[in-house]
Amino acid sequence: MNYFPDEVLEHVFDYVTSHRDRNAVSLVCKSWYRVERCSRQRVFIGNCYSISPERVIQRFPGLKSLTLKGKPHFADFNLVPHEWGGFVHPWIEALARSQVGLEELKLKRMVVSDDSLELLSYSFPNFKSLVLVSCEGFTTDGLAAIAANCRLLRDLDLQENEIDDHRGQWLNCFPDSCTSLVSFNIACLKGDVNLGALERLVARSPNLKSLKLNRAVPLDALQRILMRAPQLTDLGTGSFVDDPDSEAYSKLKHTISKCRSITSLSGFLEAAPQCLPAVYPLCSNLTSLNLSYAVGLQGSDLIKLIRHCVKLQRLWILDSIGDDGLSVVASTCKDLQELRVFPSLPFEAGPSAVTERGLVAISVGCPKLHSLLYFCQQMTNAALTTVAKNCPNFIRFRLCTLDPTKPDADTMQPLDEGFGAIVQSCRRLRRLSMSGLLTDKVFLYIGTYAEQLEMLSVAFAGESDEGMLYVLNGCKKIRKLEIRDSPFGNMALLKDVGKYETMRSLWMSSCEVTLGACKTLAKKMPRLNVEIMSENEQEFNLDDGQKVDRMYLYRSLTGKRKDAPDFVWTL
Amino acid sequence: MSVPQEQDYVGLTELPSMEKGSDKFSQRSNSGLNLKATELRLGLPGSESPERDGAGAGKSAAVCGAKRGFSDTINGGSGKWAMSGNGGSEAGLGKDGGLFSPRGGTNPQTCLGASLAKDGIPSSPKPLLHEKKPQISAVPQKEQVVGWPPIRSFRKNSMASNPQKNDDDAEAKSGCLYVKVSMDGAPYLRKVDLKNFGSYQQLSSALEKMFRCFTISQCGSHGISSHDNLSESRLKDLLHGSEYVLTYEDKDGDWMLVGDVPWEMFTASCKRLRIMKSSEAIGLAPRAMEKCKSRN
Repeated sequence: MNYFPDEVLEHVFDYVTSHRDRNAVSLVCKSWYRVERCSRQRVFIGNCYSISPERVIQRFPGLKSLTLKGKPHFADFNLVPHEWGGFVHPWIEALARSQVGLEELKLKRMVVSDDSLELLSYSFPNFKSLVLVSCEGFTTDGLAAIAANCRLLRDLDLQENEIDDHRGQWLNCFPDSCTSLVSFNIACLKGDVNLGALERLVARSPNLKSLKLNRAVPLDALQRILMRAPQLTDLGTGSFVDDPDSEAYSKLKHTISKCRSITSLSGFLEAAPQCLPAVYPLCSNLTSLNLSYAVGLQGSDLIKLIRHCVKLQRLWILDSIGDDGLSVVASTCKDLQELRVFPSLPFEAGPSAVTERGLVAISVGCPKLHSLLYFCQQMTNAALTTVAKNCPNFIRFRLCTLDPTKPDADTMQPLDEGFGAIVQSCRRLRRLSMSGLLTDKVFLYIGTYAEQLEMLSVAFAGESDEGMLYVLNGCKKIRKLEIRDSPFGNMALLKDVGKYETMRSLWMSSCEVTLGACKTLAKKMPRLNVEIMSENEQEFNLDDGQKVDRMYLYRSLTGKRKDAPDFVWTL
Repeated sequence: MSVPQEQDYVGLTELPSMEKGSDKFSQRSNSGLNLKATELRLGLPGSESPERDGAGAGKSAAVCGAKRGFSDTINGGSGKWAMSGNGGSEAGLGKDGGLFSPRGGTNPQTCLGASLAKDGIPSSPKPLLHEKKPQISAVPQKEQVVGWPPIRSFRKNSMASNPQKNDDDAEAKSGCLYVKVSMDGAPYLRKVDLKNFGSYQQLSSALEKMFRCFTISQCGSHGISSHDNLSESRLKDLLHGSEYVLTYEDKDGDWMLVGDVPWEMFTASCKRLRIMKSSEAIGLAPRAMEKCKSRN
């Protein structure tokens, strides 16, 4: 291998695309490390505090595409205080200073300011793609800067961000010369948009394939937009409400029937059931359908729609579809691979919520299912065992009972056996979230069988430190472990401290871990950042025996971060 | 799902299939305006039950059994937090209610859940009779446990504010256009469906009929024998004369004089009507008189 010139190696490495594979390649020998790092264009940083931007830039001078993740996953559920961190600005500053030829930036759970966006927009002349997922801290002014300055903008994809909408005319900031858009997603914007500017933008974007509108775009505007973009493959509607007898609606029906390329449909942020038939012509081509925000649709409306969707591979829906609706899905969507059922009334019970019956029906009808997120009223061990048998291909399995410690609805037993069946049958399982009444036994099963498990989410489960130890000892590939409100304590935490350097992060909140143990851990493992979070600073002055409210530890090459707020204490 | 549970706030939309026997407990839409109850009725105003929307205060916040208080989640079905016999949930409980107390960054409504929990599990739920002012904007969610169920905040927030808007729009677009009508000096308001009328004339006759009772009393005791005729013409005089002016609030929130624009445009932009005393409508009244006279 030493006799191959670098160019040949580089050419071979071009075919190695996954991050992990490239990481592995770089570990083979020094010359491979060198060739790999100079040729690497796409870099994924799972924890923005694990490494400094300068080091990334130094190692990968050819960096073109960067993905960064900031806050821990439980930040999604209000468990992480607001100002915890995850600022992207230092990264953009560093990239700009080093004149990296950045073209793509994807951020998840990070704090993005208007200044950051502005700096981004004029620092990188080849910048093409901005994807922000669950981020916050910016306004439509920042978007205006992106629109105005990124001449080659191809993707602007805003997914579920908290954006302060100044209702300005940011859409007007796209110059007339901007004709390169391929993907444009503004679904999370809460305010009005300039409809004229939007229509003109779509009209001059012949390559536009994916368009997701926000609630402020009414049905008649949707029709005009679709007229300009019959080539769309991915559509997210805004408001889907009108009088079915109106001219606008019949125009829309006609226009939609011409959009033969649409394979992915979402939106319906406001939806009137009587308008739904307009999209029926699209259904037979759909591979992806997201109705999880369509609160206005009843189970019967959903069922009528889904009966047409024979090619569906991905379905995100509300539990108003009910168990019966899921049976219809099972008999219609034989190619279904990913299913997410969200609660329509998360904090109350209702007759249309789904139960184990719906899940079993799905497992019978859709053996290709590999990704599941299921919020349900109740679950049973028998059902989980059946599901495990019918669908051995699960990669992601996330189950959430609305009552977090609910036992088997039939036997009143813990759900250990059911989840045990899942991990035993699904040998490729990489991600697992559990809920319901669970003892240490389920963790024994996980530790024993879940060999490929990389991410585990635990809430209100387990009985003793043994539970956590089963996982730490058994799951060789575990990378992210997040635990809340479970009785795991110091013994489990400190048993094998070296393990945490093989993981990206560990989160423990409302557990039995004490301050003293965290201090011990931090002392033993200098390359881990052990962060303690509290409501007020008083907690830091308490003695070592005090239980820690929230602990987040992660491996890092940069040491203690400098941007931590007052309530975060890195030990 | 049995008896009404205690509620601390106005929650989310009802599921249509749930109905309570008692007619006092109506389906409550999130805006607090139940269109059924505000249907136009030709009976004498004031003879209806106090639940007419004009009463001002929000509708009874009584909801059907679909809503469950925190206690029911504990009691119903699976059993209590502490009953499991396994250490797990008890340990969670043992954190002095820490399970339920609000943690950082969450909205104050979690305190409600906390207070419920700290009372222990109530033996009998209190019936839901207290009236609550309905909250039209972002309805607070009842978080029994912080961060549970695990749904992204963005999704939670957008679904909280979604249902109401949805209902309103869906109903508006489906063929009725109810707007409130207030009259200065009247003790309560009325509602009319603008789609029932095709012209200003029809609207004003309907309003005349509706507010007859208030103006009759203002006619005073003139010893009128044939009530209807005289009071109608008297009312007409009042409405079209100098006593009252009919105004409306448009989409931008401005108060406009009724009659300037074509009828269709008016119905599209009218949000509410107000029969204004012309003493308040200085500057408008003279034009009103001219317009009405030219129309009549």
